[in-house]
Amino acid sequence: MTGVRVAGVGLTPFGEHAGRTGRDLFAEAALAALDDAGVPGEDVEHLNYGNFMGALAERQGHQAPLMAEAAGLRCAGTRYEEACASAGVAVREAVRAVRSGENDVMLAGGMERMTNLSTAEVTESLAVAADELFEVRAGVTFPGAYALMARAYFDEYGGDREDLAHVAAKNHANAVNNEYAQYQREITVEQALDSPAVASPLHLFDACPITDGASALVLVSEEYAAEHDIEAPVAITGTGQGGDRAALQDRADMARTPAATDAAAEAYGDAGVASDEVDLAEVHDCFTIAEVMALEALDLFDSGEGIGAARRGDTTRDGDLPVNLSGGLKAKGHPVGATGGSQIAEMTRLLRGDHPNSDAVPDATVGLTHNAGGTVASAVVHVLEVAE
Amino acid sequence: MSESDPAAPADTGYDEWADSLAEGGYFIECANGHGSLPPRRVCPECGSTDLAEEALPETGEVETFSEIHVAPSGFGEDPPYVTAVVNFGTVRVTGIVRGLSADEVAIGTAVRPDVERNDATGNRLVVFRSA
Ligand SMILES: [Zn+2]
Repeated sequence: MTGVRVAGVGLTPFGEHAGRTGRDLFAEAALAALDDAGVPGEDVEHLNYGNFMGALAERQGHQAPLMAEAAGLRCAGTRYEEACASAGVAVREAVRAVRSGENDVMLAGGMERMTNLSTAEVTESLAVAADELFEVRAGVTFPGAYALMARAYFDEYGGDREDLAHVAAKNHANAVNNEYAQYQREITVEQALDSPAVASPLHLFDACPITDGASALVLVSEEYAAEHDIEAPVAITGTGQGGDRAALQDRADMARTPAATDAAAEAYGDAGVASDEVDLAEVHDCFTIAEVMALEALDLFDSGEGIGAARRGDTTRDGDLPVNLSGGLKAKGHPVGATGGSQIAEMTRLLRGDHPNSDAVPDATVGLTHNAGGTVASAVVHVLEVAE
Repeated sequence: MSESDPAAPADTGYDEWADSLAEGGYFIECANGHGSLPPRRVCPECGSTDLAEEALPETGEVETFSEIHVAPSGFGEDPPYVTAVVNFGTVRVTGIVRGLSADEVAIGTAVRPDVERNDATGNRLVVFRSA
């Protein structure tokens, strides 16, 4: 099995790109990734592309060949859809393609266009990730679903809105220096607590924003990197994916996310890395409570300990285990189908030392990314390591 | 969307189940005692295809809930409204709580299921009423 290197990463700024098409956004990220890698587009053998709601937001299905064309690639492409984990799955399948020996150069990433829709339309579009018959028809929105999980968590382990507000404040602080972040500004715990209710117990500042953006990665085999003298110091050494019952009502424990637990166990085993060796993590904080449950599912904190991690300072920039140094989905933004690729792009930059927040983790060698779909009915986890 | 809308997706199994909630409702039980909701050909827990309809208990307990302040467009329910997951023992059911404000709902609150029609969508709407 050949090793997989991240040869290059590309991102658009995350935020509102009024008047721009999805194809233009993805082309920007793809060209940036190819440029960062120093790999010619004609060497790319396949595009793995993540997108969730393009058929609703842009009335555009069948996006993979369109995006390959926009990026100037001559190869075929495949769209991956796993709700908010779409790009995570696209990357995972690219890793598997390189490892198998089938491909040497893959472009993987994703794109989402969202701000052209009204808030009510985005709410409707995101709800499609839930169980239509048993959840959507019963009034469960995307924030509502995480609110149901948050209340179940508080009931089982304790914690309160103030703990969650510390997660929001931490991630906003991390985004200040990130040129790709949607919100490059700090918020206080008090501001988060005082923001309007969206779905009790979650308020507006517990939620990630509505975002346009794209991400792209050039993944290559170690052999290709060596032959072509490509500088690619970061390797993807572990990949894992987990699944769960789609509807919250069908899960034994709504305060836990076993799909992420399974994905992490697979990724740790694949990489031969233990959870206590992880130096930093980028986790899927679509809502503040999601970061808490991710920390526990990834075995970075014991059950019931994740809720206080930000408040105690364990996961802040200066803590033992910085989490979401990019700003996370909460402050960097969450263009749904691009997010999984963005997390790996940010982790690569953090480990390479060229991220504005790399100085928080100067000696880091092991990074973890966690990308979740819906209410974590699907989860993808990757282990990234500094290989040289 | 009316019932005669030819473009409406088929909901056979679900619609019959939702309608039954007016009379107390039922769930699917496999030979090994796992509960699930229709339509089912196979138990999602154990793979058993030996499935039977069993009556839901008269009441269940709220396991978690949220007061929703932002509703999807066209949903037909004016926010705020309270959505809850209610535990009936072997199955849980999600629906909108009627007759109780968010302050009056707590984890453990006893409710009974019922069904309404969502005027905006024409779909069945699972609701819970104070037991
Ligand atoms: Zn069974």
